Amino acid sequence: MSLQDVKHVLLVLSGKGGVGKSSVTTQLALTLSLQGFSVGVLDVDLTGPSIPRFFGIETAKVRQAPGGWIPVPVHEAQGAGGDLHGGEGSNGHSANEHSRPYGSLHCMSLGFLLANRGDAVVWRGPKKTAMVRQFLTDVYWGSLDYLLIDTPPGTSDEHISLVETLLKQATPSQLAGAVVVTTPQAISISDVKKEINFCRKTGVKVLGVVENMAGFVCPNCSECTNVFSKGGGQVMAAEFGVPFLGSVPIDPMFIRLIEEGKRPVYPQGTVIDGKAMDTNGHTDDAALTDGRLIDKYTSCSLHPLFDGMVRQLVQDMGT
Amino acid sequence: MAPSLEEPIEPVDDALTSNLKQKPALVAPEPEHCPGPESNDAGKSDACAGCPNQAICASAPKGPDPDIPVMTQRLAGIKRKLLVLSGKGGVGKSTFTTMLAHAFASNPANTVGIMDTDICGPSIPKMMGVENETIHVTSTGWEPVWVSENLATMSVQFMLPNRDDAVIWRGPKKNGLIKQFLKDVEWGELDYLVVDTPPGTSDEHLSVNSYLKESGVDGAVLVTTPQEVALLDVRKEIDFCRKAGIRILGLVENMSGFVCPKCTHTSEIFRATTGGGMRLARESGIPFLGAVPLDSRIGMACDYGESFFDNFPDSPTCKALRDVVINVGEQLGVDAVDILGDE
Repeated sequence: MSLQDVKHVLLVLSGKGGVGKSSVTTQLALTLSLQGFSVGVLDVDLTGPSIPRFFGIETAKVRQAPGGWIPVPVHEAQGAGGDLHGGEGSNGHSANEHSRPYGSLHCMSLGFLLANRGDAVVWRGPKKTAMVRQFLTDVYWGSLDYLLIDTPPGTSDEHISLVETLLKQATPSQLAGAVVVTTPQAISISDVKKEINFCRKTGVKVLGVVENMAGFVCPNCSECTNVFSKGGGQVMAAEFGVPFLGSVPIDPMFIRLIEEGKRPVYPQGTVIDGKAMDTNGHTDDAALTDGRLIDKYTSCSLHPLFDGMVRQLVQDMGT
Repeated sequence: MAPSLEEPIEPVDDALTSNLKQKPALVAPEPEHCPGPESNDAGKSDACAGCPNQAICASAPKGPDPDIPVMTQRLAGIKRKLLVLSGKGGVGKSTFTTMLAHAFASNPANTVGIMDTDICGPSIPKMMGVENETIHVTSTGWEPVWVSENLATMSVQFMLPNRDDAVIWRGPKKNGLIKQFLKDVEWGELDYLVVDTPPGTSDEHLSVNSYLKESGVDGAVLVTTPQEVALLDVRKEIDFCRKAGIRILGLVENMSGFVCPKCTHTSEIFRATTGGGMRLARESGIPFLGAVPLDSRIGMACDYGESFFDNFPDSPTCKALRDVVINVGEQLGVDAVDILGDE
């Protein structure tokens, strides 16, 4: 059974589409990996898989082993002997930026199985159910610290099948819970409330709420505009008595990193979390696009934010 | 009718041993090869050999859904039916649907209906400011909720006992509700019916399409945002429309560019690194209906259920929207004057 050696299974949910489930999943995965954990990402959004694009591995194909699939590697573990974690906390942060050790990261998505990236997957429920089950049982994850599951919007077939299968196959200690993503505006909040009720009904623990797209800092005049208003996530978290993990602003540099693979650079004097951001002069394209996604992500302004969030999550989940 | 997880589901356990697993080349099976459980060939065509559902399909009643003529008759009074689609979530399908409906309804001579087929995440009622309404059942059918004199809406939200209740339904149940929306709702004489859809290409989309086929869909408006992550999914939706034989009226690019309210500097929050909606439209040979910039006031107007159109008629976003609406009208063969009224 493929989930046997997975220590924690973490769902990323949202009732609303386009709030950044996949982008939060990506960043959680990268941050966990940077903290030295081995991570798997499973994309169960069957009709609109985005994970391959986010990790820049769109052309990769899944290999098949007898009776199962081998997930697509984003990167292997690096540094201090690979498997850093016998179940202990991270010590990766004492190492310097460029040679810091990190854990392996693997992905599985329906996107890897399609012949053509523009192909539509027009499936009704039963077929999606079968696919979700297969994803949960037939992928060789090997030994993982965390398995993140990115979901489509809504509370329908994929979600029911996912939770059903997980409740059946994973032990309660494995199924750590769900991170719920929302944007601040009321429209999104009202859908996300439904998702929290879904978690309640199915007995999935809500580990916390992430408010995404909270504010946009104009790169020209550094005026912060709340494009999608503000504070809604925190109010909702309080209302439902679930932890609020934090607000994530819109960072055009993160989008650029995903879309073009360029290392984020910020205007002179940008200081986030007491740390000056990467503003240095290697502005030619080659230098910016060089390197692995995980290395480039460390210069993103959102990384310190997620670092804190992930630490809190890891603590909540225990070992 | 509290939905619950314990609901019995169709026997799909053996679907795991479908051809997907045995195929040596790891390419997902193409669903269009399935003749469809309701077709005359169900369980008999070549593609059915070895399908675990073969016995079920072969023994199921054949022929078109007996309810389709009922629906067609119910919808006979509707002049034009539009779908608003997008493969991606959160690109503004519902927002655009409400804008389109408000624009059509701005001409008092038009009567407009909105049908919200997003069962698990209905947004239309909130955006229309009618979140707390309920449906009245009369002897002739369900009465839709009227937002104004000439603007009616129908959504699953009106049927929920609590506002935040989750609708945890699998496909068949969702299809059943959509069917009821088309069969039992007393739409009456409408000039436009705008159908808002959930993201993806699944049950809701297939059902809406197959139920409306008989009465005729005038076309679909696709909504996207400029970044490639969204275009990727919209491409799939175009593929879906082609396969399903739905006419694409065109593509709208939403959230393209954001004007800083302080320094009026335009930033592309969602950068069109691959040419955005315009290029996608050109590549796939569909009309490009226009680009609508991001405006935080739209979000605000939606949160409070007010019409952005009526409240900020002079904003650049509103002008862009008006152009899009006129382009939609053009594709439908309707004069701008007929849509927006004389202004």
